[in-house]
Amino acid sequence: MALVLSEDAQLVRDQALDFFREKSPILALRKLRDSADPTGFSRELWREMADLGWTGFLVSEDAGGSGFGMVGLGQVLEAAGRTLAASPLISTALIGASALDIAGTPAQKSAYLTSLLSGDTITALASEEGSHHNPAAVAATARPSADGWVLDGRKTFVLDGHVATLLIVSARTAAGITLFLVPAATQGVTITRRLMADSRNAALVTLANVHLPAGALLGTDGGGTALLDRLLDRARVGLAAEMLGSACEAFDRTVQYLKDRKQFGVPIGSFQALKHRAAVLFAEIEVTRSAVLAALTALDEGAADAAALASLAKAKANATLNLASSEGVQMHGGIGMTDEHEIGFFLKRSRVAEITFGSTGFHRDRYAALNGY
Amino acid sequence: MSLAAFRTETRAWLQDNCPPLMRTPAPADETVWGGRNPTWKHPEQKLWMDRMAARGWTLPTFPKQYGGGGLSLEQAEILGEEMRALGCRAPLQGMGQTMLAPVLLEYGTEAQKQEHLPQIIRGEIRWCQGYSEPGAGSDLAGLQSRAVLQGDHFLVNGHKIWTSNAHYADKIFCLVRTDPTAKKHEGISFLLIDMAQPGVRARPIRLISGASVFCETFIENVQVPRENLLGELNKGWTIAKRLLEHERKSIGGIGDRAGGLANTPAWELAKLHAGEQDGRIADPALRQDIAAYAIDAAAFQLTRKRAADEAQAGRPPGPMSAMFKYYGTELNKRRYEMVLAAEGVQGVGWEGDDFSADELRWTREWLRSKANTIEGGTSEVQLNIIAKRVLGLPD
Ligand SMILES: Cc1cc2nc3c(=O)[nH]c(=O)nc-3n(C[C@H](O)[C@H](O)[C@H](O)COP(=O)(O)OP(=O)(O)OC[C@H]3O[C@@H](n4cnc5c(N)ncnc54)[C@H](O)[C@@H]3O)c2cc1C
Repeated sequence: MALVLSEDAQLVRDQALDFFREKSPILALRKLRDSADPTGFSRELWREMADLGWTGFLVSEDAGGSGFGMVGLGQVLEAAGRTLAASPLISTALIGASALDIAGTPAQKSAYLTSLLSGDTITALASEEGSHHNPAAVAATARPSADGWVLDGRKTFVLDGHVATLLIVSARTAAGITLFLVPAATQGVTITRRLMADSRNAALVTLANVHLPAGALLGTDGGGTALLDRLLDRARVGLAAEMLGSACEAFDRTVQYLKDRKQFGVPIGSFQALKHRAAVLFAEIEVTRSAVLAALTALDEGAADAAALASLAKAKANATLNLASSEGVQMHGGIGMTDEHEIGFFLKRSRVAEITFGSTGFHRDRYAALNGY
Repeated sequence: MSLAAFRTETRAWLQDNCPPLMRTPAPADETVWGGRNPTWKHPEQKLWMDRMAARGWTLPTFPKQYGGGGLSLEQAEILGEEMRALGCRAPLQGMGQTMLAPVLLEYGTEAQKQEHLPQIIRGEIRWCQGYSEPGAGSDLAGLQSRAVLQGDHFLVNGHKIWTSNAHYADKIFCLVRTDPTAKKHEGISFLLIDMAQPGVRARPIRLISGASVFCETFIENVQVPRENLLGELNKGWTIAKRLLEHERKSIGGIGDRAGGLANTPAWELAKLHAGEQDGRIADPALRQDIAAYAIDAAAFQLTRKRAADEAQAGRPPGPMSAMFKYYGTELNKRRYEMVLAAEGVQGVGWEGDDFSADELRWTREWLRSKANTIEGGTSEVQLNIIAKRVLGLPD
């Protein structure tokens, strides 16, 4: 496993950096927020992303994708993180595409995959039930019915839930945790948008006596834990890549401010207290970049330690973006506390992203468990 | 020869030539330093050093004409991998190999290379580093030791401190001031001095660990032949800095070296001393701390690998290597703190039979690890360098 970007991956990175910088600067997120946009992202831009092939990176070629893989998608996500771009990249291009590609039956693929690739179908993973990430804590139930399944339950933190047309729901059957494909329009499904500090999409989903056909089962009955683990590991690493981009951007802006802002007649960047903290942050970002690239690569290669590397990458990205966003605000002084300045957006995004798919503590503990302690 | 063939041949040679005892982790007091008066605890140490030196594999990538192994970077990496796979000890260590040899190769005259490199590679001469002085630590260029050129030799008078292993060393590479009127970085020269002469004296200093690994070194009216000047007169600072880069690389890599501790991770000790529950460390706070450390350590190893992979792929070196010394040494200190936290009372024993030899050794190594962020340029100095060179922050 060589930790270098291929030329193809570099091209994708450069293209994505230009794309987000030009079409989705932080100003775009501010506008979505201030206009209380009902969608929470730009559908037009999402279609452009689909046209660039990003929805198909995790879909195999015979199913209509490019199979370019996690390293490639990671470059797109990192670039999106730089401008805090809101989009269904993670909910759909990453989780939804993976779920269908890995576990979908031919019927499920033909029903959803083509429209996912074109940007029409938005998917959302509905697995969390509490306020802390815990894919094993599933109280939602799925009972067999004459012609399929009946689902009941409540899901608390469903990314892109209110815009999704297709939900991927975890529920407990007699055989254990199992995943189901639930069209959002199914009777008994109620979706309520939740407004989060980062102005990104999340929703509460309740399922009351939701009747599904037998073909709604994703993967095998009772096979949800293993499948969810695979999907979540991709999601964790993809999000870590996005967070790396956000950390880099917050850091670059802060270093620039240290050079521009003068106090006591000198740039504040000449004060050693600030220099050292900036240098520490530089080091943390470098090691986070290595962890993220190693995890992306391990997922593509199906390496034995991919799960441990996923936890490593998410734990590191959490800690580093937390530091970069906190230091960013502090080193900007009063202006950093204003809504008008953009540095505060990184702080708000950071804390939501940190708890998404597992906090730092969750991943330290998982890393320990995976390493035998 | 193809790399695959090289690997096969190397593996076979190591199997045949590395004595079984040299395939066990080396306790700190069994490091092989070589020199005119070497100490051997086991005859296998000398056998192993001599066999490796005969192939030039104590400095595998150095040119054959100076006794080196003449290996390519890829071959040297394979040699390292095969040695690790077999658990081979380092056949020889020291400042001659890791610090002086690379600058000799870069700045030395042909005669200097012919004289010194083979001696380093064969472990015949042990070197020490005469940089720091009582008044010049982080501000190294403020050094005051003097050398005055008198015809065919320099007359040297100086006072060095923190000179690691000077009391065992045969020679010292020394920074001296040769032009007291020039600006401080421009009047420094780099001299190679034989310590086996009257006027050179090393007085050991006792450390917090109880050991004496460094000395105060006095140089009084010592004549040094002119041909022992490395590089040009008054141009020693450039060489001094280059040598520091090599030093920082080797200190930053301290965590990868297979010492005794590397084979007993903190989590194993934690299970032993803090209890085990369902196969896990029973104390969840300790488990979190150890995992947090382990994650940083793994991410750092991946960063070293990324730098190496980028270099191998022909990409220009990124700025990341500037943080290796800082991050690697801070991690090494944390590693020992984790060991202490895992061991509880057993981790802070000083002497006596109720502590195992390993436990006592780790107490001392924990104390020794504190020097990692001081020697070779302190962590604060490393952060200054990153802020200035990488981030471009103003003075
Ligand atoms: C175990 C050990 C082995 C060593 N071996 C050798 C050897 O073989 N040969 C040799 O020549 N030297 C050796 N040294 C010396 C080492 O290089 C110096 O100790 C080191 O450079 C620091 O210098 P100092 O001790 O004078 O501390 P000082 O420079 O006085 O530093 C004291 C404190 O002030 C901080 N400080 C100083 N300047 C700045 C600044 N500009 N900005 C922010 N903080 C600053 C330092 O980081 C440190 O925390 C060794 C040291 C140790 C501990």
